[in-house]
Amino acid sequence: MQPTATFFSGFTLNDLWFLGEAALKSMWISILAITFGSAMGVVFGWLLSVSRRAGALTLAPVLDVFRSVPLIIQLVLFFNFAPMIGLRLNPFEAGLIVLVVYTSANVATVAQAGIEAVGGPMRRAARSLGMSYWQDMRYVVWPIGLRAVFPAWIGVALGVMKDSALVSVLGYVELLKASQILITRTQETFLILAIAGAFYFALSYPISHYAARLEKRWTQ
Amino acid sequence: MIEIRDLHKYFGALHVLKGINLDVEKGEVLSVIGASGSGKSTLLYCINALEAIQQGSVLVDGTDVHAKGTNINTLRQNLGMVFQQWNSFPHLTVLENVALAPRIVRGLDKARAREIAEQQLVHVGLGDKLNNYPLALSGGQQQRLAIARALAMEPSYMLFDEATSALDPELVGEVLDTMRLLAEEGMTMICVTHEMGFAREVSDRVAFFHQGIMEEISPPEELFGAPKSEHLQKFLSKVK
Repeated sequence: MQPTATFFSGFTLNDLWFLGEAALKSMWISILAITFGSAMGVVFGWLLSVSRRAGALTLAPVLDVFRSVPLIIQLVLFFNFAPMIGLRLNPFEAGLIVLVVYTSANVATVAQAGIEAVGGPMRRAARSLGMSYWQDMRYVVWPIGLRAVFPAWIGVALGVMKDSALVSVLGYVELLKASQILITRTQETFLILAIAGAFYFALSYPISHYAARLEKRWTQ
Repeated sequence: MIEIRDLHKYFGALHVLKGINLDVEKGEVLSVIGASGSGKSTLLYCINALEAIQQGSVLVDGTDVHAKGTNINTLRQNLGMVFQQWNSFPHLTVLENVALAPRIVRGLDKARAREIAEQQLVHVGLGDKLNNYPLALSGGQQQRLAIARALAMEPSYMLFDEATSALDPELVGEVLDTMRLLAEEGMTMICVTHEMGFAREVSDRVAFFHQGIMEEISPPEELFGAPKSEHLQKFLSKVK
């Protein structure tokens, strides 16, 4: 009898490790993107709030582009065009840069809304106590504005975490890419996608749970 | 002493203050009355530089408020201001609301700032609300909180911009009582107000503004008893 060649092999515990590691990579790139993207986004949002007209003419259209072009297109374009301007980037670096810019564009509008949620009279009251512009920003606008737009920011952060899956198109082996690799080998599509989904849930749920608790504390 | 000389203020083409000359002595209580849009609130904003001026000068204890080199943040510590809307900081407790500026602006340590804050809150009758959040307070209580917050900077002057206008009628009294208390303690106050009773009883002088001009200024019995300007006579007949 001829020996049969096997193309596929079943899902093993090792594969679970493989997925777990990939989930950590997803988490890592998301944390970096959300952290740096949010920091940049707050600065952009502040710029938009201080000069609405100048902002509307310069910064806002650029941010609009990053907000409205599908992330997957941005990733592919940037990854392929970066070498042309002399940037030699691996998939992780290219993916991270695009995610950071994309996050910052989304956080900018949230931050702008947060700053504008604190009305002129409130800020005048703070200034009338002798607070400097930055003290007013730090002790009045930031805490009040943050509370106002925190749910929106959490929405952006969770979105970025899920969107980080798109970095897989560059060949970065994060959770989705790892799943695809395993599906090709095991042909166990449902099982593996279910596990990957569970990982994404495990990454998102603590954030939304913590956010909900924080909001509850603030409204007391 | 506050010295205002030939003060002109424009909002775009709108000439809001048309050459105001006014001195307020230490310990004096001045009420400013007049119809809406007469420029009386703008006057207060020009005194602590929340609004820029286009001509003239404002001196507070000899310091030119609108001069380039003036440190406006230092100056404002000496000019407490209470607004129509109380603007309590919603994320801080009553005590923290009052202790914030002494800590970050005056640079006091936390314990000392809280001590001053508590003193001022007891002063305005909110000693039992220290750990509440402002949203749990009535409008009148929040306005007294705003007064305590301004007082915690230990200013020499207090500016009141229609401090009772946004309050429900039954809450006006408690705020006026607090203002009366400050006046009795010798605080120098400029009160833009629609409360004629308060102006009459508490003020040393009352100023009447009409369309950006200070038409009349005199002790209350004179201003209310024998108004000279036609506009003032009309105004008084309407508010009585």
